[in-house]
Amino acid sequence: MSPRRTAATLAAAVLTAATLASCAESQRDDNSEGGGDDGTFVFGAAGAPEMFDPFYATDGETFRVTRQMFQGLVGIEPGTAEVVPELATEWTPNDDGTEWTFELRDDVTFHDGTDFNAEAVCANFERMFDQNEAGQTAGEYWGYVMGSFKNDAANSLYQGCEATDEFEATISISGPTSGFPTMLSLASLAMQSPTAMEEGDANGIAAEGEGFSFPDYADNPVGTGPFTFGEYDEANGTITLERNDDYWGDPAQVSELVFRVIPDESTRRQELEAGSINGYDLPNPVDWAGLEDAGNSVEIRDAFNILYLGLNPEANPQLKDLKVRQALYHALNREQLVQTQLPEGATEATQFMPDTVSGYNTDLQPYEYDPEEAKRLLKEAGAEGMELTFAYPTEVSRPYMPDPQKIYEALRTDLEAVGIKVNVKTASWNGGYLDNVTAGRYDAYILGWTGDYDSPFNFIGTFFGNLKENDFGTRAYPWGQQLSEDLKSADAIVDDEQRAAAFEDINQQIMEDYLPGLPISHSPPALVVGPGVDGVVPSPLTAEEFASVSVEGGQ
Amino acid sequence: MVRFVVRRLLQMVLVVVVLSMLVFAWLRSLPGGPVSAILGERQTEERRAALEAALGLDQPLPVQYLKFLDRAVHGNFGVSTKVLPGEDALQIFLDRLPATIELSALALLIAVALGIPLGYMAARRRGSAADTGAVIFSLVGVAVPVFFTAFLLKYFFAVEWNLLPVSGRQSTGLDATRVTGMFVLDGILTREWDAAWDALKHLILPAVALATIPFAVIFRITRASVLDVLDEDYVRTAEAKGLTTKVIRARHVLRNAMLPVVTTIGLQVGGLLAGAVLTETVFSYQGVGQALATAFRDKDYAVLQVLILAAAVIYVLVNLLVDIAYAVIDPRIRTR
Repeated sequence: MSPRRTAATLAAAVLTAATLASCAESQRDDNSEGGGDDGTFVFGAAGAPEMFDPFYATDGETFRVTRQMFQGLVGIEPGTAEVVPELATEWTPNDDGTEWTFELRDDVTFHDGTDFNAEAVCANFERMFDQNEAGQTAGEYWGYVMGSFKNDAANSLYQGCEATDEFEATISISGPTSGFPTMLSLASLAMQSPTAMEEGDANGIAAEGEGFSFPDYADNPVGTGPFTFGEYDEANGTITLERNDDYWGDPAQVSELVFRVIPDESTRRQELEAGSINGYDLPNPVDWAGLEDAGNSVEIRDAFNILYLGLNPEANPQLKDLKVRQALYHALNREQLVQTQLPEGATEATQFMPDTVSGYNTDLQPYEYDPEEAKRLLKEAGAEGMELTFAYPTEVSRPYMPDPQKIYEALRTDLEAVGIKVNVKTASWNGGYLDNVTAGRYDAYILGWTGDYDSPFNFIGTFFGNLKENDFGTRAYPWGQQLSEDLKSADAIVDDEQRAAAFEDINQQIMEDYLPGLPISHSPPALVVGPGVDGVVPSPLTAEEFASVSVEGGQ
Repeated sequence: MVRFVVRRLLQMVLVVVVLSMLVFAWLRSLPGGPVSAILGERQTEERRAALEAALGLDQPLPVQYLKFLDRAVHGNFGVSTKVLPGEDALQIFLDRLPATIELSALALLIAVALGIPLGYMAARRRGSAADTGAVIFSLVGVAVPVFFTAFLLKYFFAVEWNLLPVSGRQSTGLDATRVTGMFVLDGILTREWDAAWDALKHLILPAVALATIPFAVIFRITRASVLDVLDEDYVRTAEAKGLTTKVIRARHVLRNAMLPVVTTIGLQVGGLLAGAVLTETVFSYQGVGQALATAFRDKDYAVLQVLILAAAVIYVLVNLLVDIAYAVIDPRIRTR
């Protein structure tokens, strides 16, 4: 190629690129992303949903989608963790709290036209209860809240369902618990069309190779909610839901709801900046101010989580001494940590649950930051210069710990300041960290929990209820057994007020007498929506319902 | 030639079997595993054990491998636990492959179309300002990590100037017919020009990002190779014989200089897959690379096994094609 011809070619290439670019711009401008009359709400999701049958699902990205299509007997008041009527209008227990009668709405049909009634309710419960071996492992939430399945009915909380009238169903449980009926608000326990489940062989799950294969139904779910399933375009990473025009409640504001899978957080932000999505979840706290300045609104959820420093006396026997654990706690400057490392609105924890949960003890005060007291306690316990194997996870960001390494650094500095020798351990979240914590390989570790529903047992019961298996090694303490039993008996109290009082007492005991770990903070996670988006109600349970969302200009 | 190809194909089978053992052992020796990824914070020994038993991960490693091999021989490479739970791992690879082929092909096209002519030009004008500039540019191209290039491209072309989309493969709400899974090609085949154009726009930034390193490498090899050939006696002889510059360049210089370039291009094809992992992740481009990244993070054994083995097969096949191309370009190799 002669120099002149090269120059000509280059010029042509530049010209083509420029033309391309200008076309791109005009294309983009008239490419309205919506299809329907009232527009489309496009939300950037951090991960792909695993499937669409919420019963076998375990992850938030799946529930975010299924929650728009399915409803439970009980629901959650938007913006709170409070349980409210949804497909059931009211419910009453018998005296000992073992039989619950649900009055059902009489104006509801599933998306496929099947009537919603007491028979449909019982068909759902029997379906969830009667799982094959693979289904029992995959139906994790049922196992978690109900204990077991039909083949081990004696150990199951669920004991049966009876259609006592067309729109009245009675569910029997083995004993009273704070979790029932609140647990029915879990996305996994939502009501699904019995007809569609039968046609799609909903329970036809099978272990295959090193995974589970799911039946057709898992990709073609049928619920009662304000949106119906449209399409999962895996090749393009989009899930489209359509407005249910026969919905029994207030119809959705937008005609189409699209979830775009964008795993990279900075790409989600750029998509919002470019105007091609209307919102996304879990913006990085350092971006909050910038996003607001650019005209977006950052919706901060109430914190429904806890970050804690887990301690394991089995790995390090010095931790068995309460004075040592108190010393560690006094050594930590949590106020500074909250102010410098955690998002706006984060608070210091005074116990192992956030203040929105019933049973929260308002009398408890934050442990004072007092390095001198810490040193004194360590000396008294004969643990001066003690060594601590302290671990934090890498490659992860959780709502309760946006940046684990920074949190670790702050805590480590405080511990070293009182003379503790810290040996650092790290592992990636799914690459050994969780395994090592469960296997008790660390003396101390940072971890946390986001609640499933408003129940004290869902927090402290999960942590300390199971004596045999908990990450805090409470079996090594003389009071471990007692705590486990106290938790179970408090959970079985039928009367709401009495139960809350019992949990308040336990919280006080945990913090003052036991201190099995060190609760650190509660962080409010956020979601962000672009200009023109209205009606997003941030949910502490990250259970936003998008039916109330409208998009100005019908994007 | 046929014997040569057959022998190489047999070698390939052996390579893949040995590799499958290594991959299998390696994956299971890594800390963590699918059980952690599935259970998250909700782990207890009890639940772990139940899930491990259900997934067959409680059996001895050789037993697990033999079961895998038995299934694989029958075309069943297991189902995904995390990338797309329940979906056949091989199917996930096949579904994602067209996206990555399309992206890699465009990136390679950009790299070759710019790298060879620029390399040739730079060599012809050795020492000139243009040559120095091009060499420096190619050095930067090799040195800058793909995610940084990607970030800059996205920031300027997508966010600031709004010329191209930030991420994804197709605009939301665009109703396009799918044929091959390569969206640009599909648009052309079905004459849905809007769809083809839309898909191409989504491809440009990731392809440019992915092309940077192969471009730089091809440019440098071409330049060096042309410089070598220009110094050869036969070029001087050709000049002495009075052949025209055009003939000398086409018959002698370019043809001889292309041998190492072809090898390099072949090697770059293998490298493209590695680059695609980063590029696809940064651009949320639903291809094999993104699936690989997700599968690795969440320890989706079935998907990882299929993707790594497939990458090996592709790599070996590409090398075979390179060798065949060699034979075509240089007849001397055929006789060996």
